[in-house]
Amino acid sequence: MAETHRPPEQFTLRLRRYDPESGQAPYWDEHTIELEPHRSVLEGILQAKAKFDGSIGIRCSCRAAICGSCGVRINGEPGLACHTHLDHAKASASDGVIEVEPMGNMPVIKDMIVDMDAVHWKKVQRVTPWLLNEGPQPEREHLVSRESMVDVTQTMACIQCGACVSDCLAMEVDPGFIGPAALAKAYRFVGDPRDEQQRERLLDLSEDPLGIYDCTHCFKCVDACPKDVNPMGQIMRLRRIAGADQRIVDQNNGHRHEESFSTLVKDYGLNHEAELLARSYGGDSWFGKFHPAAAKELLSSLSIILRGLLTRKVNPKIAMLGHKIPKQDLKAVQRIYEQVESRPERYELNLYVVGEDEEPETAAAAAGTGNEGSTA
Amino acid sequence: MKVAYWPGCVSRGFTPELHGSMAKVAPLLDIELVELDRANCCGAGVIAEHNQELADTLNARTFALAQQVQGAELMMNICSTCQGAQGECQERLDANAEYRAHVNETLADEGLSYVKDPARPLTNKNFLWLLVEEIGLEKLGSMVKRPLTNLKVGPFYGCYIVRPRARLGIDAERPRDHYLEQLIETLGGTVIEYAGMRKCCGFPIITMNKQASLKQAGTHLGDAKDAEADCLVTPCPLCHLNLDMQQPLAEKVVGRELEMPVLHLPQLVGLALGLEPKELGLSRHVVRPTSVIDWSSAVVGAAA
Repeated sequence: MAETHRPPEQFTLRLRRYDPESGQAPYWDEHTIELEPHRSVLEGILQAKAKFDGSIGIRCSCRAAICGSCGVRINGEPGLACHTHLDHAKASASDGVIEVEPMGNMPVIKDMIVDMDAVHWKKVQRVTPWLLNEGPQPEREHLVSRESMVDVTQTMACIQCGACVSDCLAMEVDPGFIGPAALAKAYRFVGDPRDEQQRERLLDLSEDPLGIYDCTHCFKCVDACPKDVNPMGQIMRLRRIAGADQRIVDQNNGHRHEESFSTLVKDYGLNHEAELLARSYGGDSWFGKFHPAAAKELLSSLSIILRGLLTRKVNPKIAMLGHKIPKQDLKAVQRIYEQVESRPERYELNLYVVGEDEEPETAAAAAGTGNEGSTA
Repeated sequence: MKVAYWPGCVSRGFTPELHGSMAKVAPLLDIELVELDRANCCGAGVIAEHNQELADTLNARTFALAQQVQGAELMMNICSTCQGAQGECQERLDANAEYRAHVNETLADEGLSYVKDPARPLTNKNFLWLLVEEIGLEKLGSMVKRPLTNLKVGPFYGCYIVRPRARLGIDAERPRDHYLEQLIETLGGTVIEYAGMRKCCGFPIITMNKQASLKQAGTHLGDAKDAEADCLVTPCPLCHLNLDMQQPLAEKVVGRELEMPVLHLPQLVGLALGLEPKELGLSRHVVRPTSVIDWSSAVVGAAA
């Protein structure tokens, strides 16, 4: 239903101002503007700039969520200023005043303008963001299956606005982390059947301590992205292909951790934390804990382990032997592993590509569901 | 209220005080816990990273077991990570009938099936959500025997229970990313806000990049200390591992003393409902919650 036209309203913007060349500390600046509520925060800032203070710094171009220039933080959350309605921004403000700041994890050039070259673009360059194919070129275009291109469309939706870089929590403590935007871009080529260097790319990104295994899986980038690129999901796909298809065992324990976790749940039905720790360093077998790398890690954690045992936090029996689910259930879990892992191809459902069922379910496909309704 | 209860792995492994305190608190809140003791690990996102269909099938198995619990109003977990990892799988299973049928085929060997029934959807809620949405803060407030007066508590959510917002159903009507603050207030405590309360504890990369992982934990603990919190409370046992068990190592990485006790959610609720620190397993933490124990004895002393 079309929304009826609403007259202009007043909105107050609180802008974070900073000019590194001035030698002054950052400060907050408030301006009240008047616009229809469906207009964007960017239009609000531009009005303030035109009416009250021409020195306000904001970068923008298309004003239609295509060019990716106006990435900022609005009420503490990263996003595009042109893609956020004034009324929505006001509703999410803690005190009714719309707060606009520059993005994080990047140095501020002036006010809302950050240095994308110093961080974002440098990281994108790091992943070799072009197709590598030195082989004989076809006379006309490369022919690839529709499915394999649909698979990479999600990462191609990226407009390089930097919103995910702004709030990456791994980068916050580890600025060298290649980060969500660049790694999503890496998947763009790793997933492209025309690219000839999938293995080399993944070796590089797995072995780098600042690569795919440095992501903390915090979902910040998933929420930050105005284009639904799901950078974290792309990083997980890079890990999956690196481990399962390319069998890359990296020096960062990333693959060993993943393998060990999966194996332990297969063997116990539940996670076994003590074994997981040891195997992540020493390798995915019962002998993993005797590997020198595991021994070194356990030794460095010895004080913690002792403290855990002394406070009876950790039950020594569970710490050593783990806990299991009942036998017949464990067998069922193992059957699931065997069935799923023996499939010729992994079955991956990407909701971005397939969407959700439109109809509420009527055909209860599974047996014995007792679901009523037509099966048309 | 009867719930199909999924305690998770860590609450029965490295943080047994969590499972124990939940068992103590449940009867006081009139919650009947039917433990899903046949169910398997949720995969914590790591099995999904390894093989998405495997994670979805393993969790569909848990959902199917939960649906078999007669008379249960919903499924309840006590782990942010279980909430998020299971929620991610459930989203895929619910979105696509063909995929669901495919997954159920694997479960059929065991005679199990996850049913998406619009009339009786399987709702899986963390204890935090259950407290606010099912029991209600008003009712909970009326049950408080020992208000957390003057206890300054910093919330620590854990990533999986606050992001992604759309999937977790966080909006103006259900501000699930503010429930801990509402809860602390309801229990009579003082909310301490600090920068790291919705950030990552660092646990997922503890074996991959220990330095960065501990820096995350140490930074948030330090921020809470600077904001003068007496303790933190978390609905996530994995966060607890990095914030409590690894705290001595985190102290070394950030180069400062932290001594910040971290409570599991049922422990904080239990204190307010009148249970003693010891029966809630508070003595089992790596960082002794001296400030909390001192507070509780001072309150008892005052009451006597």
